[in-house]
Amino acid sequence: MKTIRLENIKKQYGVGQATVMAIQDINVEIQSGEFVAIMGESGSGKSTLLSLLGALNTPTSGRYWVDSLDVYALDQDRRADFRRENLGFVFQSFHLVPYLSVLENVMLPMTIKKIPRKKKQELARQALARIGLEQKGDRLPNQLSGGEQERVAIARAVVNDPPILLADEPTGNLDSRNSREVMELLQSLNGRGITVIMVTHSPEWSGYANRILWISDGFLSRIDRNN
Amino acid sequence: MTLKDIAFRNLRRRKGKALFVLLGLMIGITSIVAFTSLVETLTHDINSKMEKYGANILITPKTENLSLTYGGLSLGGLSFEMQEINQKDLEKIRTIKNAKNVAAIGPMVLGAIKIKNQKVLLAGMDFKVSHFLRPWWRIQGSKPDGEGLLVGAEAARVLGIGIRSRIEVNGSRLMVQGLLEPTGSQDDHMVFASLPMAQRVLGKEGRISMAEVAALCSGCPIEEMVTQISGVLPGANVMAIKQVVKSRMVALEHFQKLAYGLSAVVILVGGLVVLVTMMASVRERTSEIGIFRAIGFRKSHVFRIILLEAGIISALAGALGYIAGMGATKISLPLFTDSHQIALNFNPITAGGALGLAVFLGLLASLYPAFLAARLDPNESLRAL
Repeated sequence: MKTIRLENIKKQYGVGQATVMAIQDINVEIQSGEFVAIMGESGSGKSTLLSLLGALNTPTSGRYWVDSLDVYALDQDRRADFRRENLGFVFQSFHLVPYLSVLENVMLPMTIKKIPRKKKQELARQALARIGLEQKGDRLPNQLSGGEQERVAIARAVVNDPPILLADEPTGNLDSRNSREVMELLQSLNGRGITVIMVTHSPEWSGYANRILWISDGFLSRIDRNN
Repeated sequence: MTLKDIAFRNLRRRKGKALFVLLGLMIGITSIVAFTSLVETLTHDINSKMEKYGANILITPKTENLSLTYGGLSLGGLSFEMQEINQKDLEKIRTIKNAKNVAAIGPMVLGAIKIKNQKVLLAGMDFKVSHFLRPWWRIQGSKPDGEGLLVGAEAARVLGIGIRSRIEVNGSRLMVQGLLEPTGSQDDHMVFASLPMAQRVLGKEGRISMAEVAALCSGCPIEEMVTQISGVLPGANVMAIKQVVKSRMVALEHFQKLAYGLSAVVILVGGLVVLVTMMASVRERTSEIGIFRAIGFRKSHVFRIILLEAGIISALAGALGYIAGMGATKISLPLFTDSHQIALNFNPITAGGALGLAVFLGLLASLYPAFLAARLDPNESLRAL
C-alpha cells in the first residue's frame, strides 16, 4: 500500500527570460488503490506532472513522497530502483522494444532482477494471459495491432506487480473499441489494488477514474470526484 | 531475459552497424596478425636454415668479385677461375686458440666440366666430413669412394643418368655411386666427387676454391673464431654465416617496425570507426534507452549493454581477424621467401593476443558512447519517443 503525496511541487524549464513554469505549487495526495485521471489542455503541464510522479524528472522545488520515502532525495540509481520496484509505465505510443519479442518485452522489467529465467518467462506468460495475448508471445511488436501493442505495454508495466501504474494517454493512438478494452484492463488492474494515475484528454475515459485532477497553466485548478 | 540477451538481440537487429564495427576492427587485427606472423615465420625460417646449415664459417679466396649462393641463403654467384687457396694452409686452422671448437673442415674445389655436352658444376669435397657440413643430405646409393660420383637430383634428371651410370669426364670414365635427393638448394644442380679426384679432373691439385668449417656453436665465440682463422689465413676471406644472416635479420627488423607502424595506424582508424559507429548507434537508440531507464535500469545497466555489444563484436572481429591474418600471411609468404616448405603454425600467443587486442580496442573505443548512453536523462530520452 503506497500513498502518494506531492508538496508544493514546482517545475520550471529554461533559464533567464526564457523560463516556463510547467508546474506551479501543486499539492495533492493520492491514496493507495485510487484511479486518478489528470486532465487539462495541451501544454497545461499534465505530462510534466506525470513524469514527476514517475521519478523521471526532478522538480525545481517541492517534495514528492511515496509513503515515507522522499523520492527526489534519492540519487539517480536509487531512483531507478524505486521505479523498478514501485512504478509501471504505459506510454501513448506503446514504446515496446522493436527487436524483442512480445514475451521478451514483457520480461524486460525483470531483466535485472535475480530471478531464474524460467520464472521470468512464467511471470511474463501469466501477464500476457491476463491481457489475452498468451498465444502471441513469440511475435515481434510490429506484428501486432495497435490495441494489442498497448495491451502488451500494460502487461510489461504490471509484470513486476508495481503498486502504482502511470499511464500517459494510453488510448491516444487507439480506436474506440481498443480504447475501451484498454480502459477496462486498467480498471481491472485498479480493482486488484493497483493505484492508477492516467493522463487523458478524453472526458469519456476519465469517467473510469475516482478522481480527476484538472491542470491549467501548471496549476492544479480543480479536483472532481466521480461516483 | 538478461542484459546479454538484449545486447545479442540488438546486434542481430542492427546487422549493418554491427558489420561496420566488425570490419573496422577486423581489418586492423588482420593486418597486425598478418605482419606479426609473417615476421615470425620469416625469422623462424632463417633460424631453421641456420640450424640446418652444418657449416657456419665460410673461407673463400680474397677477390674483388665473389659472391655465393649457399644453403638457401643468397650469397650471390661465384667466379670459378679466380685465385684459389692452398689446401695445405687449411691445416693452420687446427692451430687457432679455439681449435677444439672446430668440428670439421671441409675443403672444396669447384670447376665446370662437360657431361653429355652440357656444362655442369663439379665440386670436390671430403665425404668423411659431409655429415657435419651437410646434415640434411639424403643419398640414394652410397657416398662415392675415390673414383665415384654423387649427382644432384636436378643434374641427374637433366643429364638422364642414374646410379651405376658411367660418365666420361675429361678423359676419365667415372661411375655414379649415389644420387642426392632434392635439397631445394644449389646442390641439386651439381655433381660431387672426392676432393683428390676433382682436383685431378679439374687440374687443380693441391688447391681449393673454398672451405667450410663447422664450429661447435653452442656458446662458441664464432666471431672470435672468424678473427682467429683470418689471422692464420691472411690471404682468405673468412666470414661467419651469421654475418650474412644478420643483414637479413636487420632488414626483417626494419620491416617489422614498418609493419607495426602501419598496423598501429590501421588499428587507430579501426578504433575510430568503432567510436563513430557506436556513437551513432547510441543516438539512434535514445528512446530505447529512455524506456530502459523508465522501467528501472540503472546507468550501469545501460553502460553494460553498450559494452557487451562492443565486446561481442570485438571478440568476433578478433577471431575472424586472426583467421584472415593467417590466410593473408599464407598467401603473401611466397613473395618474401624462396623456401617451399615453410610451416605456418597456429600460435596461441598470437591468437590470444589478437582476440585480447580486439576486445580491448573495441571496449576502449566504446567507453565514451557507453558513458553518454548511461548519462542520458530518462525524461529527455522519452521525449525523443
